[in-house]
Amino acid sequence: MNEALALYGFTKYFPGVLANDHIDLTINQGEIHGLLGENGAGKSVLMSTLYGLYRPDAGKVFIRGQEVTIHSPAQAITLGIGMVHQHFTLVENMTVWENIILGKELCRGFILDKNRIISELQQLLDKTGFEIDLNARIYELPIGLQQRVEILKILYRGADILIFDEPTAVLTPQEVDQLFKTFRQLVQNGKTIIFISHKLKEIFCICDRVTVLRRGKKIGTLAIDEATPESLAEMMVGRKVLFSFEKLKASQSETILSVKELSLSGGKKHQNLHNVNFDIHTYEILGVAGVEGNGQTELVEILVGLQKPQKGKILYQKEDITHFPPKKRILMGISHIPEDRPKRGMVPDFSVKDNLILGFEDLPPFKRGLISRNEVAINQFSQTKIQEFDIATPDENTLIKNLSGGNQQKVVLARELSRDVKLAIASQPTRGLDIAASEYVRNKLIDLKNNGSGILLVSADLDEIRSISDRVIVLYEGQIIGELAPDADEYQYGLLMGGTAC
Amino acid sequence: MLKKTLNYLDRSSSILPELIAIALAFLISAIILLITGYQPIRAFAALFRGAFGSKFAVGQTLTQATPILFTSLSFLLAFRSGIFNIGIEGQFLIGAFAAAVVGSSITGLPPIIHVIISLALGGLFGALWGFIPALLKIFTGASEVITTMMMSYIASHLTSYLVNYRFKAPGWVAQTNPVQPSAILVKILPPTQLSVSFLISLGFSLLVFYFLFKTYLGYQVCAVGLNPTAAENRGISVHSRILMAFLLSAFVAGVGGAGEVLGVHGRFVEGFSPGYGWDGIAVSLVGRLHPFGCIIASILFGMLRAGGMSMTRSTKVPLDISLIIQSLVIILVAAPSFIKFVILRRKN
Repeated sequence: MNEALALYGFTKYFPGVLANDHIDLTINQGEIHGLLGENGAGKSVLMSTLYGLYRPDAGKVFIRGQEVTIHSPAQAITLGIGMVHQHFTLVENMTVWENIILGKELCRGFILDKNRIISELQQLLDKTGFEIDLNARIYELPIGLQQRVEILKILYRGADILIFDEPTAVLTPQEVDQLFKTFRQLVQNGKTIIFISHKLKEIFCICDRVTVLRRGKKIGTLAIDEATPESLAEMMVGRKVLFSFEKLKASQSETILSVKELSLSGGKKHQNLHNVNFDIHTYEILGVAGVEGNGQTELVEILVGLQKPQKGKILYQKEDITHFPPKKRILMGISHIPEDRPKRGMVPDFSVKDNLILGFEDLPPFKRGLISRNEVAINQFSQTKIQEFDIATPDENTLIKNLSGGNQQKVVLARELSRDVKLAIASQPTRGLDIAASEYVRNKLIDLKNNGSGILLVSADLDEIRSISDRVIVLYEGQIIGELAPDADEYQYGLLMGGTAC
Repeated sequence: MLKKTLNYLDRSSSILPELIAIALAFLISAIILLITGYQPIRAFAALFRGAFGSKFAVGQTLTQATPILFTSLSFLLAFRSGIFNIGIEGQFLIGAFAAAVVGSSITGLPPIIHVIISLALGGLFGALWGFIPALLKIFTGASEVITTMMMSYIASHLTSYLVNYRFKAPGWVAQTNPVQPSAILVKILPPTQLSVSFLISLGFSLLVFYFLFKTYLGYQVCAVGLNPTAAENRGISVHSRILMAFLLSAFVAGVGGAGEVLGVHGRFVEGFSPGYGWDGIAVSLVGRLHPFGCIIASILFGMLRAGGMSMTRSTKVPLDISLIIQSLVIILVAAPSFIKFVILRRKN
């Protein structure tokens, strides 16, 4: 097979960090090559350097056998390398075709030759099999289609080697499927794809070969059929990683939360809920599976008190809390690990310590006298939590937005688990986290359960739900469409999540 | 948006950008002076002499700084909760008018009590003026940018009407009766106008600092300003904290107005405020939205005002030049963050 791209001894220093340490990498013509690694492993740096965004400190680059040095993205593009970034670079108010040609406009004199542009783009669409309305404006398009415009942009400039930097991070599961279809179409058209990810599942789903990086070093390249999730995870993390968890059965367990005939209606912006009933017991993790947008967010918001249901009751420790405000529920021992961490779980511009006390700031020992903060107690508390949860931060006064996602989530966990927790509601608790951090979060939830709490686990990651839940309910269009055992086969889950009752 | 503005302002802890901006402002003003036929060095020398060349000059500078310090603290309080209170001028005028009425009409009170009552009522009436847009914001979502500004025009015309008719003192000038001697704020640096009001404004800076950074209530206000969704998730009542910050903001503006009446003018005179409320917005941004930063920025602006007036008297350079310098400082220091703020707000 022909080599599309080869790197030898590729090295990149940043002050204090060796981001890429003598990396050798060969990418074959026409393959989908996965670049796998934990956050901070150096995947994005490697590709950004290749793309000319940084200058490498050492190393050689060969494109189709020719040695080249790449100084800028513009030069990378002329060499046939294109990169789709995680964050798009589109002009929201302009149309799809305007965005595609931006920077390489076909003109007749000073005037855009619109007819020729459109017909050229139409040819490009026909060739690649992409479907998109060239006259739509970007802001009207869902994220998945915006990403397609990014891809078209680099194809229009003649890219043969396409680099995707964590393209699935911003997509819904359906959009991910669509993207992978696109990948296959591109490969059929003779393109070569480099796919950066930290998600094993995606790598197995789409890649031909995979290269694993860890702390700036290349650990190895494997053909996908030689790899197993366990082996890749070990290569990424540097030690064995747990994928299955021991499930202890409690000898006695009682109902802690009863949801009875819960309904939410009249939503234009939200999914309605219809007659939702379930119980959570002590010493139990109840998983809520389902395709996102089927009422999970609404259910969680009702349980923590951010939305009022039109009908139904929530009984917590036999007390009706349906109309209790969020604060009261928090104080009763209901903790909440929210989805969308930066938006709901923390104040990014607050320090680690201020995030650790968010919601408890008006309680002793953090309050002294009538309204004063007890700085001493706050500092002590945060130092203890930073140790206990192994939060990697320079100190408690660092702004939380400067921590990695995994450490941010540890701060949220430390806060949410700092009081006596009887019921925990965890919503997408490992989203965006790398393998080691995800494992940490799951272990914490299991510890919590083994200490007698009840846990509601909402997750879009079916493997996660099945690996740690004791029972699983499936939500579909705002209804509980069925309950399954965690070890039921995936096909049954698929049917329920797609709305077909067993 | 608040977040982004604060980011922008906190980007470095060095005050170098501000110093450069001030230097640039003087440089550009020098060019303007040269073009218009004045001698920049002589003019600036006069300005500095008038700003802090003598005990009298220092007194004048601090007198000018006092109302601006109040209004900049007022802006900052609301801003920290994510509220853009640009109707400070109105709250300031209403507070001033209330203090003038209470100060002049009540008799027979011991001095300290009378002063406290007048200041407090000034603050409360200012707060009342902020209460209306706060309610509109919370219950109808009406943009406080519009409502506070409109309330400000109403205040300006309302006080103007009252001082010309119902509360007009005999004579040709549109002013109220003088406040009773028991309500006068003592002058601390005669013969300048500097009064206890300046010390009160410093006290308020400390209070605002303490409130924002050392109490849980201030913590909640800041949390609401930076991320209302997360605050709500953690059981903080977003509306009640916005209301609190709004009312405190307007209260401080009202006290500032009262301080001017009781300390400097001794009565409410139509048009006595050259726009202290509006200055407060810019000074607050120059002071990086921090109470102590506001002290420094207010004194800087007080200097430019006092020095500018003195420069006009001694060199015949028009007062406008001093206003130009002030505006240039605002543009060079505050405008980038201000513009960002407006753009981000639009986006949201």
